[in-house]
Amino acid sequence: MLTNINPKAISLISGGLDSMLATKVILDQGIHVEGINFFTGFCVEGHTQAIRKKDRQKKKRNNALWVAEQLGIKLHIIDVIDEYKNVLLNPKHGYGQHLNPCLDCKIFMVNKAKSWMEEHAFDFIITGEVIGQRPKSQRKETMPLIAKESGAFEKLLRPLCAKNLPETLPEQAGWVVREKLYDFHGRNRKPQIALAESFGFTGYSQPAGGCCFLTDKTYAKKLADLWQARNKRDYELDDIMLLKAGRHLRPKPHFKVIISREEGENHYLSGYRRDFILMTTLSHPGPVALIDGTPDKGDLELAARLVARYSQGRDAELVTLSVMQPDGTRSQLTVPPLLPMEVSDAWHV
Amino acid sequence: MTREWTLDARRLLCPMPVIKTQDKIKELAAGDKLVVTCTDPGVLHDIPAWCRINGHQVLARETKGREITITIRI
Repeated sequence: MLTNINPKAISLISGGLDSMLATKVILDQGIHVEGINFFTGFCVEGHTQAIRKKDRQKKKRNNALWVAEQLGIKLHIIDVIDEYKNVLLNPKHGYGQHLNPCLDCKIFMVNKAKSWMEEHAFDFIITGEVIGQRPKSQRKETMPLIAKESGAFEKLLRPLCAKNLPETLPEQAGWVVREKLYDFHGRNRKPQIALAESFGFTGYSQPAGGCCFLTDKTYAKKLADLWQARNKRDYELDDIMLLKAGRHLRPKPHFKVIISREEGENHYLSGYRRDFILMTTLSHPGPVALIDGTPDKGDLELAARLVARYSQGRDAELVTLSVMQPDGTRSQLTVPPLLPMEVSDAWHV
Repeated sequence: MTREWTLDARRLLCPMPVIKTQDKIKELAAGDKLVVTCTDPGVLHDIPAWCRINGHQVLARETKGREITITIRI
């Protein structure tokens, strides 16, 4: 038996119920636990609420921080945006239903937690994984694969389904009592909900679509379109944030128009005026639009007519718009708004 | 002696202002003050929550137009 009188665990906290329960189970065995949360850029956490005015009044919270506060543990939030690119662009185990590289993502995060554990002299890693819970990453075959490919091996403990898996180091060492762990499996959430009730947990997050934009069909389509238009599978943080705001229409392969839907998005898109051509309507109230790509003069006129279509001048004969280049140069265009039948469904990304 | 530091987290969406605050605080000494300027209203909840679980004190929160300033004692 290993002698360590004060073992310490680092717990992957997503902000959902399972990692909250897994952490509580280990805390209740007297283990010092701290949380770790990774920000990939694709986390759903409140971004659209921050951008859209109609959502700004909603009470916002970061679920990982909320979980940590409920459990009384520290939380380390780690920016992995750059490193995550390789996971998304080159997933060894492929994608799920959309552009979600769930298995590679889990391996990546457990590996990052392992590095953190070693750097901070912690002893093992906890996750809220449950065998059979997720079709891509949480299956019986993937559990040992994650442990192996992350390099965590026997230092990875899944308290909610540990009894269905071989003993891990914390159990062998006697730090954790195996009998007090669980044997949950499958997609049924009732055992987790019952355990949450027994702990007195209320108000926890249960996002129906998961916590990652990459599992979202519409978002994945916009990302695929971005890569196709640029003829390059790559992105910067601003690229993936912009996919969360506005209507995206691509009238021609070499340019896209991002049109705000309300005041909050007007402000948000205006913040990118040094990166893209910015269009605003002058003669009528209307949206703010960014032009992404390499439009020529005719394309700009088409973009202006499209933006005018979404303004309050949509039924007017002519709408005047301001066109600002990224260098601040301004010009004006006066155009007839596109008619509804002139806006092809195929333009909508 | 208390030292006062500033952090510009404008245009960043949560949790980036929290991450920037967390990383900046790692460099500071106990008793220092940090003034963080942000534009995402989510920070009004997230930065105080992060401070509570990590043992730092929020001294002031101020909103002017779309800018939010949060003062933290480390």
